[in-house]
Amino acid sequence: MWQKIYQWLDERLGLQDLYKSFLDRPEPKGNWWNTLGSASLFLFLLQGATGIFLTIYYTPSPDHAYDSITYIMNDVAFGWLIRGIHHWGATLMVLVVFIHMLRVFVTASYKYPRELTWIIGVGLLLLTLGMGFTGYLLPWNQRSYWATMVGTQIAGTAPLIGEFIKRTLRAGSDLSALTLQRFFSGHIWWLPLLLMLLIGVHIYLVVRHGESQFPGKDD
Amino acid sequence: MTDSKHLSRRDFLKFTTGAIGGAITISVALPTIGYLLDPALRKQGGEGWITIGKLDEIPIGTPYPFSFTRTKVNGWERTSSTYGGFVLRRSEDPNDLFILSSRCTHLSCRVNWNEEAQAYICPCHDAKFSKEGEVLDGPPPRPLDRYDEFEIDEEGNLRIFFREG
Ligand code: HEM
Ligand code: FES
Repeated sequence: MWQKIYQWLDERLGLQDLYKSFLDRPEPKGNWWNTLGSASLFLFLLQGATGIFLTIYYTPSPDHAYDSITYIMNDVAFGWLIRGIHHWGATLMVLVVFIHMLRVFVTASYKYPRELTWIIGVGLLLLTLGMGFTGYLLPWNQRSYWATMVGTQIAGTAPLIGEFIKRTLRAGSDLSALTLQRFFSGHIWWLPLLLMLLIGVHIYLVVRHGESQFPGKDD
Repeated sequence: MTDSKHLSRRDFLKFTTGAIGGAITISVALPTIGYLLDPALRKQGGEGWITIGKLDEIPIGTPYPFSFTRTKVNGWERTSSTYGGFVLRRSEDPNDLFILSSRCTHLSCRVNWNEEAQAYICPCHDAKFSKEGEVLDGPPPRPLDRYDEFEIDEEGNLRIFFREG
């Protein structure tokens, strides 16, 4: 029965082919360092799932943000768990993405024909850091407030356009409800959508080129 | 290994993968369901026993006004509402009481006891209720609400049970 349904679908969707090209593709001999890209992908999906759950209660307004987080932590069943995973997952993701990049660098996997994979990877790293930066403000506690104050101040020191960037990030000269709102919007819509898009291209390229052979003694 | 009573390696792996996968699925699904349903399953703190005062200090024959405040919790928001009413002791018998809500049954204004008229008068549309809460005059559709659940505790305090709505 299931066999029949599966065959019907496979004939039209080409599931076997997809499976072969994505998951059963030929691989050079590698090691655990090769799993870090997949680990980054998993963490991205985990952050997405827990983040969607957090928006059920979180409120991005100076009047309610802090209280809504306290409510999630102390009152909602398993709120501490969901927020905890999202909180630690964020740190872990930055770390894993960074080590993934280091391994690509160390094994010189960024060379022809994978330069574009690398360049898109740089975008992924920046976007991941952006997620961390925007997410940090959302609890609207002293720490997040001052971290964002300092972070945007640093952006302000760039020559010529610094002041403009600072005002754009803050939506004005001060941190306000507008800052919180745009950081929230960036954190749940703009940056994740861009990340998804770039991850898609990144993985397409990895599959297209196959993974690189580790350099040997002769290289 | 060919003995069919033994579990084959393949079946064993299939079984353990299924069991572990199932356990993981359940341990992820249950917390998330609890997380989503939590506020719906929660008591919001509306109901409870309210102490009005010493029964001895409540006069017999005249309505005795009281009021109290209840706080409702919705997530991180607290809303306080004030409620009021009158206790009417009809005789020395501690249980011979009549406890009325002071909320007008027309549009919820607060009624007051008027000694001269011997009636509760609503300031909003001039409704009149008798000592026992019956409508004597005006637009209200039904008598004043009564608190029927009450008790006198060991210290002689009169307490009523407040329900939401
Ligand atoms: C959200 C972040 C990222 C995700 C989800 C991701 C995902 C992946 C995956 C699944 C692979 C397959 C091979 C492996 O796992 O090692 C891969 C390979 C690769 N990644 Fe990433 N990556 C991310 C960030 C980056 C960054 C920051 C860089 C560098 C700046 C980068 C550069 C590369 C390159 C050049 C390859 C090809 C490696 C090879 O063929 O051996 N990636 N990535
Ligand atoms: S509200 Fe009391 S008479 Fe209308």
